[in-house]
Amino acid sequence: MGYKTIIEDDIDILVAGAGLGGTGAAFEARYWGQNKKIVIAEKANIDRSGAVAQGLYAINCYMGTRFGENNPEDHVRYARIDLMGMVREDLAFDMARHVDSAVHQFEEWGLPIMINEKKDKVGGKHPYMREGRWQIMIHGESYKPIVAEAARKSADKIFNRICVTHLLMDEAKENRVAGAVGFNVRTGNYHVFKSKTVICGAGGASNIFKPRSVGEGAGRVWYAPWSSGSAYGLMIEAGAKMTQMENRIVLARFKDGYGPVGAYFLHLKTYTQNAYGEEYESKWFPALQEMVGKEYLDPEVSHRTHRPIPTCLRNHAIINEVNAGRGPIHMVTMEAFQDPHLEEIGWHNFLGMTVGQAVLWAATDVDPKYENPELTTSEPYVMGSHATGCGAWCSGPEDVSPDEYFWGYNRMTTVEGLFGAGDAVGGTPHAFSSGSFTEGRLAAKAACKYIDDGKAEGIKVSDAQIQRRKEEIYKPMETYTVGRNEIVAGSVNPNYINPRQGLDRLQKLMDEYCGGFGVNYMTNDKLLKIGLKKMAILGEDLEKVAASDIHELLRAWELKHRFLTSESVFHHTLFRKETRWPGYYYRGDAMKLDDQNWHVLTVSRRDPKTGEYTMEKAPLYHLVGDVEKKPAEEH
Amino acid sequence: MPTFVYMTRCDGCGQCVDICPSDIMHIDKGLRRAYNIEPSMCWECYSCVKACPHNAIDVRGYADFAPLGHSVRVNRDEEKGIISWRIKFRNGKKDMDLLAPITTVPWGSGQPELKNVPAPGNDHVASQHLYNEPKYIRMDEAPVHTLESNGLEIKEGVQY
Repeated sequence: MGYKTIIEDDIDILVAGAGLGGTGAAFEARYWGQNKKIVIAEKANIDRSGAVAQGLYAINCYMGTRFGENNPEDHVRYARIDLMGMVREDLAFDMARHVDSAVHQFEEWGLPIMINEKKDKVGGKHPYMREGRWQIMIHGESYKPIVAEAARKSADKIFNRICVTHLLMDEAKENRVAGAVGFNVRTGNYHVFKSKTVICGAGGASNIFKPRSVGEGAGRVWYAPWSSGSAYGLMIEAGAKMTQMENRIVLARFKDGYGPVGAYFLHLKTYTQNAYGEEYESKWFPALQEMVGKEYLDPEVSHRTHRPIPTCLRNHAIINEVNAGRGPIHMVTMEAFQDPHLEEIGWHNFLGMTVGQAVLWAATDVDPKYENPELTTSEPYVMGSHATGCGAWCSGPEDVSPDEYFWGYNRMTTVEGLFGAGDAVGGTPHAFSSGSFTEGRLAAKAACKYIDDGKAEGIKVSDAQIQRRKEEIYKPMETYTVGRNEIVAGSVNPNYINPRQGLDRLQKLMDEYCGGFGVNYMTNDKLLKIGLKKMAILGEDLEKVAASDIHELLRAWELKHRFLTSESVFHHTLFRKETRWPGYYYRGDAMKLDDQNWHVLTVSRRDPKTGEYTMEKAPLYHLVGDVEKKPAEEH
Repeated sequence: MPTFVYMTRCDGCGQCVDICPSDIMHIDKGLRRAYNIEPSMCWECYSCVKACPHNAIDVRGYADFAPLGHSVRVNRDEEKGIISWRIKFRNGKKDMDLLAPITTVPWGSGQPELKNVPAPGNDHVASQHLYNEPKYIRMDEAPVHTLESNGLEIKEGVQY
């Protein structure tokens, strides 16, 4: 193989994946480690990488403490309610108490944040324009390049176009990270990063469940198609413990384009109805209340106190109404869009973060001023920064976390020296862009401390390990070279599958056995066990995945990361024997929420040597004493 | 949505190849121009469209659900700090121009060089504060929130 091996040595902090989490880490690391060597390895180009590549029209996590709007514990309570109790509240509180300082810096860096001049000044400044209680509105087309510039100024070196495939492990001390390896998706060269710490800022997983769209449209997923579950693939493979991987998310969005609905609901005050113009939600709530209990769903209390109704439960109403034959569900835009100002906001909202929805409405002549657009529930996604909390089991901050949640360094996984941010960290839903950036900052400070405490001394990486990974990485190209001459032409080969074929199989399997849209998000223990058997065989076949060129090699490794993510989702879904989040998925053999047995976080570990999974329950701690201090205000 | 490249406008400069988050804009070796090699992995994020200096890249909605005959064009200008859009409907009844700011400061000038700021003291290192904190949390000098300061406890058990 004619590819060079390029070794970058003596790195202190390696940021693997620089979306919002990774850029936050690289930026902050320079402050706490002024003489440290900070390196970024990114699959794409940091100016347009990660979930925020396209831009955003809102920052969904901002407390506004300076304006007297919210306290961190208010946000923790909101996340707890939305996730049916399943939140690492120490991590969530820690993120929330720091997140505003990130946003205030973004504003200084030039991010246009809208101001609400109708609200009185506090400390000489009008509050930001609120979309909802937690969201502020921005002109964020250039959110990512603005944030990337801050990371660029802090990092010693940025390696764009490096697909990180594996973490390197220390051979002097077990379960300690030693860097990462990958390949350049353009030159094909093999890159070795020897580092004292790694902050995993890689992404969550789109495209592991069969998407609703087919053919070309397979790329119009809700979460970015380049979010290949690498955060999980990398960490699971290294033996890091994962949490809440069953907690996939299903999104109610504009049909086909998956354009965002947040601004529509919260700011434009649009609402939904069924195909016959009827309100449909409330009729599904009594039966749903039987399933989850009055503590989790009480429409009367919600109406009176503005206690939010969890996202999954609203999905449940949509799914059931459609199944009852009264679909599609429509977003009623025709009222709000009569106001030209609101109409403009509606379109800007798409252009700033989901241009494809604007393209679709232009193509189908859907003018929301004269027509109420269709909504749908998406295929499921596995990620940790939106309204769900999949990810690694990480240590919290020393001044907040109970013993079970603390092992020395904030945001460090159970692998020593391996930290996480954004999608990588489990149990911290509702972090969004600003919270992910904040988590990166927290991880960076902790990683510097870890190094300064001498925890990264004497790391040893043998040439054998580096060579072994190299052979593994390029194996799909070998497989192709060896196998392709057996056939005349085409993609059908008895000895290998290509990455697209493997992805199709994975998506079908996840959809049918793990609760995708094709089965109305339903699964059970029997289906999951059959699915796991088929996954094991898919795993064998992925040893024979073939790549005809370097681009396909990238797809092959993304597929392997998606596979590891999916396998974990299967194990977690099988372990949690209850239906905790109706509307995200259902366990047909345990259709009720079961606090007696399952008011816990699920934690898994895949043994890197054997591939065997072990599952455990971790206790749930909640912030107590956080009664709402002021009546919830409708923003 | 999936992007495509006009033959007569592309000069093969590679800006789109450099920026595409999905690694799907490649140069055709024979024609020496860019094209989308994998439309089913295109998010229509418009990163390449915005980056193209010749406006050679456009988007045609996904064939599986978007009919032909629409247009969403964009011009992004870092120097002026604005982005402008034009949306044209298939039936020609709607033709919108929309304008938004992309930055409030000269492009790239707002971010600090942290290697040049004074190093943190031991107290700062030992605290729960990050760079620019506590000041930037509430734009005053009050310290970061803690369980104690907010009258909280963290306890095992069921809480709704």
